[in-house]
Amino acid sequence: MTPRRRQRMVLIAMIFSGVAVSAGLALKAFQGNLLFFFSPTQVEAGEAPDSRNFRLGGMVVPGSITRETGSMTVNFVVTDYAHSIPVQYTGVLPDLFGEGQGVVVRGQLSEASNFFAEEVLAKHDENYMPPEVAEALAQSEKAREP
Amino acid sequence: MYLRWFHKLSSPPYFYRLASILSPWLSGLSIALIAAGTYGGLVLAPPDYLQGDGFRMIYVHVPSAYLGMMAYVVMAMAAAVGFIWRIKLAHAVAVSAAPLGASFTLLGLVTGAIWGKPMWGTFWQWSDARLVFFLMLFFLYMGYLALRGVTEDRDKADRLSAVLAVVGVINIPIIHYSVEWWTTLHQGPTITRLDGPSITMDMLVPLLVMIAGFSFFFVWLLFVRLRGEILVREQKSRWAQELMQRSRV
Amino acid sequence: MMEFLRMGGYGAYVWSAYGITLMVLIINIWWTYRFYKKSREALGGILGNFSKHQPTVRKIS
Repeated sequence: MTPRRRQRMVLIAMIFSGVAVSAGLALKAFQGNLLFFFSPTQVEAGEAPDSRNFRLGGMVVPGSITRETGSMTVNFVVTDYAHSIPVQYTGVLPDLFGEGQGVVVRGQLSEASNFFAEEVLAKHDENYMPPEVAEALAQSEKAREP
Repeated sequence: MYLRWFHKLSSPPYFYRLASILSPWLSGLSIALIAAGTYGGLVLAPPDYLQGDGFRMIYVHVPSAYLGMMAYVVMAMAAAVGFIWRIKLAHAVAVSAAPLGASFTLLGLVTGAIWGKPMWGTFWQWSDARLVFFLMLFFLYMGYLALRGVTEDRDKADRLSAVLAVVGVINIPIIHYSVEWWTTLHQGPTITRLDGPSITMDMLVPLLVMIAGFSFFFVWLLFVRLRGEILVREQKSRWAQELMQRSRV
Repeated sequence: MMEFLRMGGYGAYVWSAYGITLMVLIINIWWTYRFYKKSREALGGILGNFSKHQPTVRKIS
């Protein structure tokens, strides 16, 4: 390799690593802002901002959904299997909202640790399968439980 | 031996001829694969247990988002080779990959929004790391093309835009790992998991066929655009002029 | 057939996603070949001017 080529290679490698390091530092510094939601455990630990709106994410506890008759208001409990927070929401729900499904709600926590949501989004996982396979999986899961 | 082959490949007239021989094959292959993948995705694949037939949007969203990122890596690598070794053809590759990559990145954003609305309940979320860094990929393409647009001298444009392309490649791993490093609305990777894809075979095969089809589509159009780019850059060379003279007779 | 078009109620989303994708593929093909054709024509134009000048050159010599 000629000296000029080596020089150019070093130059571009230096520019690249400089930008990479500063990007890494910037991402580290804004770590908190890059989180889309907080888990119930983080909220209980006081890691979520309490003055302004934030997002809470977790699973909808099966059997916890109750709808108030005659209104669009729905109550449910969000859990990360360590802590749970009750949520109240009035409005349209996404198609994938349901018991045992992932959910991300945006709103505020009340004094009594109830979450009042202004927006409910459904979060699904990276698994895709036909209904029969899902059914079979659920069956074998049930069989394993005592 | 590899070096000699590489040297030969980087010669514009040789590559021009090679690309013209390969283009029809690439076009046939990519169109056949995309057609088969579309049929497989819309008809053969079973509906998802959770998303029903709505999940079929995966067959256009994932290949286009993947191609948007793949094209950027190709662009950045070609730009680096061009910058270090001053190979004209490498710069031509980088320039030719940019508009293709930009269009597929935009397509990934649009199909993602269309898929997000019914499933997540939103077209777009400004706080989601995956979404925002993927949008940044589109801006990097735009920045690259804009930088070239305002730089009159071609050699200078090649060198300046190469630096931008190489620096911007840092965004690719950030996009990929964003769903693991931070909490996001976007789910984790389905295909590139350590313990194998979390999608059943009958759903996966059309997706892989589609990804292959999109990849060949990219190489096909990259070669065609590259032939045009080579002609523009080699206007003054004897082989290009002879080629034109011959084709007119 | 109607069932297929409905896509389990997601028809509007699925078909618009596929439609836009097809559009982007076609636009890319059209763009790329237009660019190639224009490059060829530009080169042809340069050569055209060049050969037009040639007889004059010959006359002088």
